[in-house]
Amino acid sequence: MKVALFIPCYVDQLWPQAGLATVELLERLGVEVEYPEEQTCCGQPMANAGFAREAEPLARRFLDVFEGFDAIVCPSGSCTSMVRNHYAPLVGVDPRYPSIAHHTYELCEFLVDVLHVERLAGRFPLRVGLHQSCHGLRELRLGSGSERMVPRSGKVEPLLASLAGLELVPLARPDECCGFGGTFAVAEEAVSCMMGRDRVADHARAGAEVVTATDVSCLMHLSGLARRDGSPLRFMHVAEIFAEATA
Amino acid sequence: MRDAWTDEGPVDSRRAILEAVRAAAPPAAPLPEIGRFARPTADPVGEFAKALEAVAGVPVRVEDERALRAAIDGLASRLGAKRVVCEVSAAAPGDVRLADLPDAHDLEGVDLAVLPGTLGVLENGAIWVPTDGLRHRAVFVVAQHLALVLPAAALVSDMHEAYEHIRFEGRGFGTFIAGPSKTADIEQALVIGAHGARSCTVFLVGAAATPRE
Amino acid sequence: MSAAPPTEVEQAGRAGHAERAAAFVANGPRAHWHDEALWWVRAKRDRAAGTIPEWEALRDLAARIRAHVRSNLADYLEQFERNAIARGAQVHWARDAAEHDAIVHRILSSHGVRLVAKSKSMLTEECGLNPYLEARGVEVVDTDLGERIVQLARQPPSHIVFPAIHFKKEEIGDLFHEKIGTPRGLSDPTALTEAARQHLRRKFMTADAGITGVNFAIAETGGVVVCTNEGNADLGASLPRLHVACMGIEKIVPRLEDLAVFLRLLARSATGQPITVFTSHFHGPIDGGELHVVIVDNGRSRLLADPSHRSALSCIRCGACMNTCPVYRRSGGHSYSAVTPGPIGILLTAARSPSANPSLPLASSLCGSCDDVCPVKIDLHSQILELRQRLARAGVAPLGKRLAMQLASRVLRSRALYEAAGRMLRAMLRSAPRGLVENRWNAWSRQRALPPAPAESFRDAYRRRLDGRGARRVDGRGPRG
Repeated sequence: MKVALFIPCYVDQLWPQAGLATVELLERLGVEVEYPEEQTCCGQPMANAGFAREAEPLARRFLDVFEGFDAIVCPSGSCTSMVRNHYAPLVGVDPRYPSIAHHTYELCEFLVDVLHVERLAGRFPLRVGLHQSCHGLRELRLGSGSERMVPRSGKVEPLLASLAGLELVPLARPDECCGFGGTFAVAEEAVSCMMGRDRVADHARAGAEVVTATDVSCLMHLSGLARRDGSPLRFMHVAEIFAEATA
Repeated sequence: MRDAWTDEGPVDSRRAILEAVRAAAPPAAPLPEIGRFARPTADPVGEFAKALEAVAGVPVRVEDERALRAAIDGLASRLGAKRVVCEVSAAAPGDVRLADLPDAHDLEGVDLAVLPGTLGVLENGAIWVPTDGLRHRAVFVVAQHLALVLPAAALVSDMHEAYEHIRFEGRGFGTFIAGPSKTADIEQALVIGAHGARSCTVFLVGAAATPRE
Repeated sequence: MSAAPPTEVEQAGRAGHAERAAAFVANGPRAHWHDEALWWVRAKRDRAAGTIPEWEALRDLAARIRAHVRSNLADYLEQFERNAIARGAQVHWARDAAEHDAIVHRILSSHGVRLVAKSKSMLTEECGLNPYLEARGVEVVDTDLGERIVQLARQPPSHIVFPAIHFKKEEIGDLFHEKIGTPRGLSDPTALTEAARQHLRRKFMTADAGITGVNFAIAETGGVVVCTNEGNADLGASLPRLHVACMGIEKIVPRLEDLAVFLRLLARSATGQPITVFTSHFHGPIDGGELHVVIVDNGRSRLLADPSHRSALSCIRCGACMNTCPVYRRSGGHSYSAVTPGPIGILLTAARSPSANPSLPLASSLCGSCDDVCPVKIDLHSQILELRQRLARAGVAPLGKRLAMQLASRVLRSRALYEAAGRMLRAMLRSAPRGLVENRWNAWSRQRALPPAPAESFRDAYRRRLDGRGARRVDGRGPRG
């Protein structure tokens, strides 16, 4: 299986440890990965702000860079969702797109759905708060969501829970948005920061030592607020927890 | 501001709207089959009573018409009700006869209205109260307190079943009433007794229906 | 309706959602109180929905029923009209808000109406009916308690189900003391409600006419359904001889059996109750009275013609999207400056006047929670994103933002430029004096620390790792071998 790594631009530049942890984890699970170096950005920041035209060339470029792989794995729910759910109007009728979309996976769903990994053999004896990033949760259904009346299920929580010693703390609001939202973080700074602080406070009250998520964008926003407010909370991408636990 | 009423008659607006709607032409979509969701229940009266209490109603079981009359008298007495409307044929008429009131406004000051319901809905504690037999349909909302009389056999599981039994004849007014009037408009604090009845007592008369196959 | 985008000055004039939201957030305790109050309603909705095993099936049915009605709307409207008239109602058609107001006024004035008891109707808010009537000498009393509170306070409602949810009880107490003579300092909700009951009962008893909205209009029977908890719609509609019911064209439901689906969803979604206290089905007036139904378009047929946004017409006005929206809860309904706030308000407002309120589509983090609570499965957050795209295409974005997006797009199209930009960014973050950085990145770093900028990007570290192993890098496009 030819597996490509799709590393979000902001992970590449500002939080590389999540990408490196993804590599370590996948290799440890016996997956040979390749990292096509021509990749840059999937275009989500432009598209989310409404600038579809500016995102189009980046979407087509993505198809150029990632065609020919059996799977494309990405440590980000929002970037994965961009490719699977929002590329169609941007790439138009491109015969490569359906297959590429079908084979682009967020990391946890790749583990669960393709590698059929249900448990990770590892140890992470800390109290962990899971922040369920919105795109991953509601657009990729990495979790069932508190709004819908369906049996509880998920692809992130069980992997975390399978680690020895890891205690998932119960949150008052298990899937409220952190307030990053792309340009929202800046355009609606006041609400964005209040939302983020409320999330941090929820995790703190629940006794979390580490806050984790599938999306580094959420983590940068939450950790930025937490650090400025002097909180001792640690923020790690799920890949970092998995890699550290299974090392 | 142009007064559309006098410039053009109503027919033009009607035609314009219908034309605009037809021109919009959304894609065809079939009306879905609704299906049934009701589950059999061992104790419909008990379940209804719970649902009614959840909406701040007061369920009272009475065995028969004699017990009903006594229960209504008891309620009126407890409420200190001086002016009572009773439109339930099985019970004694109250002091105020709806048929004798020329105008619904004369209902102001009625302490208790006792009205017949024809259906009770288990999923929400609501009772269907058609008012065609009543001279003034406003009686259910003007009276300070409300009592509804329902045969215990007239219970259905949910709204789907309820509508299977509802038809509109004549003047065609009917209402589902689920407990006393209420509001939570002030700091989400639930207050019973908003503009309508301050209390809603439901007399469930007789035996429950035999369970369906 | 003109679609000319506002000028740069108008945009820069900054009377947008973000500014009003910032003012709301600035009162921290108050903003948290508001957020908790709305979240509490969301939680009640969750509990109520959780008692219905077929909840998701009902949502699906409701969405499909609405889609079906839209595809046959003219026929259903005609069927409704026929049946309503056969029952003794009079039916009027209004193309827009002005026509609606004129029709209602004409009906009232032809009956010499001086005082109207009006129950909650977002349609009449949308059409500006109250000021129209008041300017013509008709006193309009909004009888829903929350609506009466905002009416007395001379404010618009801030929520479509809980119009006064932004008020504290002490403030309502002060308002009632001033306007209806309650004792100074009285703030107990039960006592205030009792005072409102007495005050409004006098209005009900002397009203010449009742105006109601319409929750659902049944095509099969010609009836209109009005749902309330307080009973105010029934007092307004069944005491005076004249009942005027105002409805948008989208309120049609085909049959009673379809109505069941919506009624099971409505109150649970709105307040967490299994049903409203009163669900009244009107098929004609009281004896000797008149029932007038006013059917209103006011932009709905235009929305119907829009493939991206027609499903917004499914809305049953439950307010669940507002209760769940993390932005609404922390900015308050007034920050939207629209008749209807929150996620559905963003859609309906933009449909009416695409460029008049350009900050609204940005008043969302696109979290998607609204989609999942919407009882009729409107894809709210996708439509909000679509509105952003329309605004961008129409050139309604500040020039600075447009240029930044174009520049970013260019840089990201080239690996070399992207890598260079990334190196520069990290170098700047690591070495620039704090003040300079925080000034440049103000809107981020006023309240948030910047992530510590790594010396190596992922790709730098990964290259090193590969080189260390003697492995080959994937320089070109597509996979190796």
